Amino acid sequence: MSKKMHVKLNVNGEDHEFLAEPRELLIYALREKLNITGPHVGCETSHCGACTVTMNGKSVKSCTVFVAQANGAEVTTVEGLGTPDALHILQENFKEHHGLQCGFCTPGMITRAAKLLEEIPNPTEEEVRFGIAGNICRCTGYQNIVKSILSAASELNAAKEAAQ
Amino acid sequence: MIPAAFEYYRPTDMAGVIALLQEHGDDARVIAGGHSLIPMMKLRMAEVPHLIDLQDIKGLDGISITDGVVHIGAMTTQHDIINSAPMLAAAPIMKEAALQIADPQVRYMGTVGGNVANGDPGNDMPGLMQCLNAQFQLTGPDGDRTVDARDFYDAAYMTEREDDEVLISVSFAAPVGGYAYEKQKRKIGDYATAAAAVQISKEGGKVATASIAMTNLSDVPVWSEAAAEALVGSDCDDAAVKAAVAAMLDDIDPTEDNRGPVAFKRHAAGIVLGRAIARAWSRA
Repeated sequence: MSKKMHVKLNVNGEDHEFLAEPRELLIYALREKLNITGPHVGCETSHCGACTVTMNGKSVKSCTVFVAQANGAEVTTVEGLGTPDALHILQENFKEHHGLQCGFCTPGMITRAAKLLEEIPNPTEEEVRFGIAGNICRCTGYQNIVKSILSAASELNAAKEAAQ
Repeated sequence: MIPAAFEYYRPTDMAGVIALLQEHGDDARVIAGGHSLIPMMKLRMAEVPHLIDLQDIKGLDGISITDGVVHIGAMTTQHDIINSAPMLAAAPIMKEAALQIADPQVRYMGTVGGNVANGDPGNDMPGLMQCLNAQFQLTGPDGDRTVDARDFYDAAYMTEREDDEVLISVSFAAPVGGYAYEKQKRKIGDYATAAAAVQISKEGGKVATASIAMTNLSDVPVWSEAAAEALVGSDCDDAAVKAAVAAMLDDIDPTEDNRGPVAFKRHAAGIVLGRAIARAWSRA
């Protein structure tokens, strides 16, 4: 065991400070130290994307980031996007278009999709598929996930236009 | 999957990095994006008692193009490459290749420096750097030095970089003519079964210059001078492409693994090179 270090993380707008071994993976720090269990442990080998969070403005697989590297970072998980009473527009659309079945991949899908729509507000179907290529779903066959994201994009754009 | 314990350092200047590398020798490794190193550490195939994070070192990222020379800081990510308009204008093959590396999340973290310095034969940038005849800038206790990409790779994970050196940037002359990076992989995120990087310039309807490199078909990236020579002077007709493929097949040395037996890899290498040449020629 190596020495524990002080880690500071801002998760979903809230500051946290805790002790952790540098080798601890960000996903375990989130889930087990901070009880933020939205991001899931799927494959733990950077393939499946269930652990996707936004870190300093980048979509990352939190199973492939040491907590030491994340020290000082700003992290957004699915909990930071919406709440059960006020769903994020992506969450609404996943619900509406049946963009999930078992739901295991969904927090990663939605976190990734939120970043994707930030970068490409009006994506084509191909851009959505390419943009979520790092997230694996074993239930839906992706059709409804893509539909949900495209629908969320057009609602977001309509809302933006209405506001202007 | 929990890696072995390590001491973690995040120095703020290169002198601090070099001092740690000198102190700990091959017990120390630098980490950039970590998306090659961390999986290896989790599998305990790499043991790194002293891990030196480069994220707080200033001046290691960014793309600049001066007098036709493209200069890429080691910490520049694949995501940065894909989204750089100047890079697209100067060397569009970089974006075409970067888009075929791993998946979006990995491309936000994975860096050009890590990709070329790691020495993994599966990485795409080393082959691309052979094709572009790039130079790698290294810094160490005795100052900076430059090594040609084509001289950098000795064997899998074995490079010309000394244990106390850090690769800080890559540079290459902006290529002219048509380009293509063609990669055969089993699925998104996989390493190449076979990949080809091709640059071709055209003059008077004939191939004026060509450069061809292959990825994951030997324990080092393969720059095939003979394959390029087979194209020069031709109008890229079937016979010339066939000769280039035959020359390339003499230069590669694939091994059997979970991507297939040797015969299949040689077959795939021929297919990807044929496609890459056709696409590069159509853009020349």
